[in-house]
Amino acid sequence: MLDSVANTTLDRILADHSGLEGPLLPILHAVQAAFGYVPQETLPTIAKHLNISRAEIHGVVSFYHDFREAPAGRHTLKICRAEACQAMGADRIAAHAQATLGVDWHGTTADGAVTLEPVFCLGLCACAPAALVDGQVIGRVDEKRIATIIAGCRT
Amino acid sequence: MKVYVPRDAAARALGADDVAKAVVAEAARVGIEIELIRNGSRGMVWLEPLVEIETDAGRVGYGPMTVSDVTGLFTNNHSKSLGLVDALPWMARQTRLTFARVGVIDPLSLADYRAHGGLVGLQRALEMSSADIVAEVTNSGLRGRGGAGFPTGIKWNTVAGAKADRKYIVCNADEGDSGTFADRMLMEGDPFTLIEGMTIAGIAVGASKGFVYIRSEYPDAIHVMQSAVTIAQAQGLLGSSVLGSAHTFDIEIRVGAGAYVCGEETSLLNSLEGKRGVVRAKPPLPALEGFMARPTVVNNVISLATVPVILEKGAAHYQNFGLGRSRGTIPLQIAGNVAHGGLFECAFGLTLGTIIDDIAGGTATGRPVKAVQVGGPLGAYFPRAFFDTPFGYEEFGAKEGLIGHAGIVIFDDAADMLKQARFAMEFCAIESCGKCTPCRIGAVRGTETIDRIAKGDTAAIPLLADLCNTMKSGSLCALGGFTPYPVMSALTHFPDDFAPVKEAAE
Repeated sequence: MLDSVANTTLDRILADHSGLEGPLLPILHAVQAAFGYVPQETLPTIAKHLNISRAEIHGVVSFYHDFREAPAGRHTLKICRAEACQAMGADRIAAHAQATLGVDWHGTTADGAVTLEPVFCLGLCACAPAALVDGQVIGRVDEKRIATIIAGCRT
Repeated sequence: MKVYVPRDAAARALGADDVAKAVVAEAARVGIEIELIRNGSRGMVWLEPLVEIETDAGRVGYGPMTVSDVTGLFTNNHSKSLGLVDALPWMARQTRLTFARVGVIDPLSLADYRAHGGLVGLQRALEMSSADIVAEVTNSGLRGRGGAGFPTGIKWNTVAGAKADRKYIVCNADEGDSGTFADRMLMEGDPFTLIEGMTIAGIAVGASKGFVYIRSEYPDAIHVMQSAVTIAQAQGLLGSSVLGSAHTFDIEIRVGAGAYVCGEETSLLNSLEGKRGVVRAKPPLPALEGFMARPTVVNNVISLATVPVILEKGAAHYQNFGLGRSRGTIPLQIAGNVAHGGLFECAFGLTLGTIIDDIAGGTATGRPVKAVQVGGPLGAYFPRAFFDTPFGYEEFGAKEGLIGHAGIVIFDDAADMLKQARFAMEFCAIESCGKCTPCRIGAVRGTETIDRIAKGDTAAIPLLADLCNTMKSGSLCALGGFTPYPVMSALTHFPDDFAPVKEAAE
């Protein structure tokens, strides 16, 4: 069950998005921005509000890579796995990050500091390999830079 | 004194924000009054962050800049001085029509936009009949820059002729192909061009509402577009009376959620409606039953952003550039293992070899070019033997390739083409929407089959070819239908990487 604060937040989000055509994705983005993930408990309320079934919403949440069903770590490190970055050693960088963090793709470190995610293209293909740390773009990433990023996430 | 430090994501990824701060501090230190403008990128990514200082002779560039380089920036003879930016060969060789203002103006100044020719096309469109606008776009020869290459004017004509209570303009800014960043650069560097193009489209087909569907991986582009729309609404470019006319047009920015397949127009429409991004069967065409089952123009960012210059300079001017049935200009995006990577807009028709060896200067590592993938993850890998192919829709098609969104990814001789083929299948398996069995199941079987080949099982090679055939003809959209391009081109052009030699190596 959501507590009353969370319910108020959810009601505000639903009110903010009334009048939009096809509002479900904007609502889910807003829910994730507010809660850090899309809590299962929010789905019945959203479903009732949009007059669709809860299964339909589950189908949408589970279709898109962006929507989390559980909270992420305090920081999210996304490393590009696409071809332009591969051409500049992205596989090596990714393996290094996985080994340093001790997690696989989509994993969160035991201390809850970092969640590691793959991403397929950040549009930084002419300064590959590319990464995204909490929304900040980084080009020409190497092992040293990964170490600095991870250290920054842990302080 | 005006000083420019790009706000483009690629420049920021290379430290432009810190350089901008250092420039302000340095100006204060030496007591020079500056106006700092965060412009878009000129497209020379290897020179980013590229700082420009306005002088009487023109804009002088400095790059690639680091924070420590900024000391002494305002004295003569700086070691990173590049001279006049417009005179650099990379700039001088281009024909910048769509990207004329990108990197030049302040992206969020409508006054700057007007001062550089902005809104001339829209003003002209407001004086034309809807049919004349559609005819102008048709006559320009503009084809969909998203990759499919469908004539834009013909699509508009279908929507214009459809009867409905409301119609929509949807801009596909879900630029998911690796090696492409033209949409991102345009939205970050000259967002009003896209707004103007969408508005013209709305007037031409009778639509009063537009959406820009931007992928979530582009936080900077989302921010700039959102700001530009707010400015355009406040200054009367968007709203109930476009530039004081009787036309209504407004734009809403929507954000994707990390699904590559939503770059396909019908799954994009489903996503925009709040559904799973599953591909729809055609017919009905989106032009007749698109967003909310209403007639909808779905165009790529570059297609729509090219409309203003076509209206400004006339269809004939645009149509004059190009080769064969590929008319006008194309913003090439040169990426991957490249010495001089970035965005280069030119008429269609340059050979792939000229682009790679001459313009881009070969690889970053200095090693020989082994393969070039054109058109994103669904594009074919071309060997050096194909470097004489002119850049055009039909020319690449004739060699079992595609130009797609004109992203060009260069690989040096360290690339393992079997691994690249496997990745194409793996990517398709991850991103398949699940509607068509050959794509959903085939891509998984494809990775397994390539793993067998990697272990030396040559009997699996014809099986892979057969699977690719099934995917090609049994998928509704380009994800399942085109994944065979990178796979089969890797197999055909680089057979050594698939040979049982690997067995001996293990």
